[in-house]
Amino acid sequence: MKVVINADACTGQGRCFGIAPELFDFDDLGNGVVKGDGTVTTELVEKARLAEANCPEHAISIEE
Amino acid sequence: MSHTKPLVEDFATDFDHADPQWVSNPYPIWEDLRTRCPVAHTDRYGGAWFPATHELVSRVAKDTENFTSRSVVMSNLRPTDEDLPAPIGIAPPITSDPPFHAIARRLVLPAFSPGVVNALEPQIRALCNRLLDDMGDAAVVNGGTQFAQYIPVGVIQQMLGFPLEDIEMFLQIVIDVLDSIDSSAEERQATADKNRAYFEKQIQDHVDNPRDDFTTYLLNAEIAGGKLELDHVIGTMVLTLVAGIDTTWSAISSSLWHLAQNPDDLARLVNEPELMDVAVEEFLRFYAPVTMARLVAKDHDFNGCPMKKDDWVLLGFPAANRDPEVFEDADKFIIDRRENRHVAFGLGIHRCAGSNLARLELKVAIQEFIKRYPTFTLENPSEVTFSPGQVRGARNLPIRVK
Ligand code: HEM
Ligand code: SF4
Repeated sequence: MKVVINADACTGQGRCFGIAPELFDFDDLGNGVVKGDGTVTTELVEKARLAEANCPEHAISIEE
Repeated sequence: MSHTKPLVEDFATDFDHADPQWVSNPYPIWEDLRTRCPVAHTDRYGGAWFPATHELVSRVAKDTENFTSRSVVMSNLRPTDEDLPAPIGIAPPITSDPPFHAIARRLVLPAFSPGVVNALEPQIRALCNRLLDDMGDAAVVNGGTQFAQYIPVGVIQQMLGFPLEDIEMFLQIVIDVLDSIDSSAEERQATADKNRAYFEKQIQDHVDNPRDDFTTYLLNAEIAGGKLELDHVIGTMVLTLVAGIDTTWSAISSSLWHLAQNPDDLARLVNEPELMDVAVEEFLRFYAPVTMARLVAKDHDFNGCPMKKDDWVLLGFPAANRDPEVFEDADKFIIDRRENRHVAFGLGIHRCAGSNLARLELKVAIQEFIKRYPTFTLENPSEVTFSPGQVRGARNLPIRVK
């Protein structure tokens, strides 16, 4: 499982790195970025789903 | 003010966000509009529309072709194309349209990035504690006028590097711009001139004594190799005052208003501090303080409504946050709501640049208040007042703390 951010849709609402700092980080402008290659380990599945469910811009997707 | 205008009888055809009923409790009105309209209209303010659903609010926020941000505060003064220097607008980036918007926004974003903002946490905590100390051991305190309003004022004053003594003046500038939606062109101009003179004085002081703050940052910033025009610098300063103070103050005071009336939620926050992050998002959803406005950029049909160039559109992010299509039990405050795609900070290219700062202020303010006062109640519910206009929050908020 992997998390992906659609950079065109992300406006830096900052929910993802608030909820799952293990998976997401922010750049200089405050936009969300995926850490590493976005692989979600078992213990982070719940957090990944929550990040996806809270992004107001629908910019996060989860690839199974 | 609003009491000189006729009271609204039907919000679907004659809405007014300054009507006493809307000011005191807009939520049932929005619910009714969502099922009946869902786009309300009024001839007031020279003609305006109000989409009440999440879907339509999102559509307006993301459509910068058909809607312009040239003016984002709806008033009786309808700006014309000549009045406002498009595409910059009076307070970039909030009043800017593409393509200039991206340039103006890029310029301010680094100053508000999570890394920069998170470093302010100890300062904000100290500020909250000073305010709490100042209340002494009074049994009744004012959560609005003694606490909430001074937090963002103190933060912005420090950010801009303006003198501490000017705090009361800051507050007045904010109130002048936002709460005086019914004042005349002359009154507005007089206030604008006074405020401009003040900003020019502060800017001169920063030119003479550069220091590590947002004002110096703006003075040094460059667009395409050139320094910013004075109008751009002043506009962006005014924006941080107007966008950063009233908004955050409202979010803090409405959250305290909620806790003062909901002892179970208060007890949970006190006993389960790890809930704070999700609670903050629910406060932001449920009591979203900021409604924006747009002007229609060109005649077009919007969801069956014949929108004309220069009609106003009131952009109700708070109404979108109560849409049952998007939120389960939308009209219930659920302190541990885990899935909460709220739009309190807007959507699309104008998403609140200060959202990281606002969240931090809200979180720290509530944390420190409930640490000092683990139980509190509303002292006199009928004395609580809410602000009129596009930024909604509790203003007078008497709270019994012991
Ligand atoms: C709880 C507090 C706050 C709320 C609810 C809020 C809400 C909003 C909303 C809804 C917008 C979108 C405007 C639009 O679509 O036209 C916005 C824009 C903006 N806000 Fe905030 N805001 C808050 C606090 C702050 C703070 C603390 C600052 C900075 C000190 C700030 C700075 C800005 C700026 C610069 C913009 C314009 C961004 C752009 O146009 O690109 N806001 N805010
Ligand atoms: S929550 Fe969504 S919009 Fe916000 S930073 Fe993350 S991906 Fe971007």
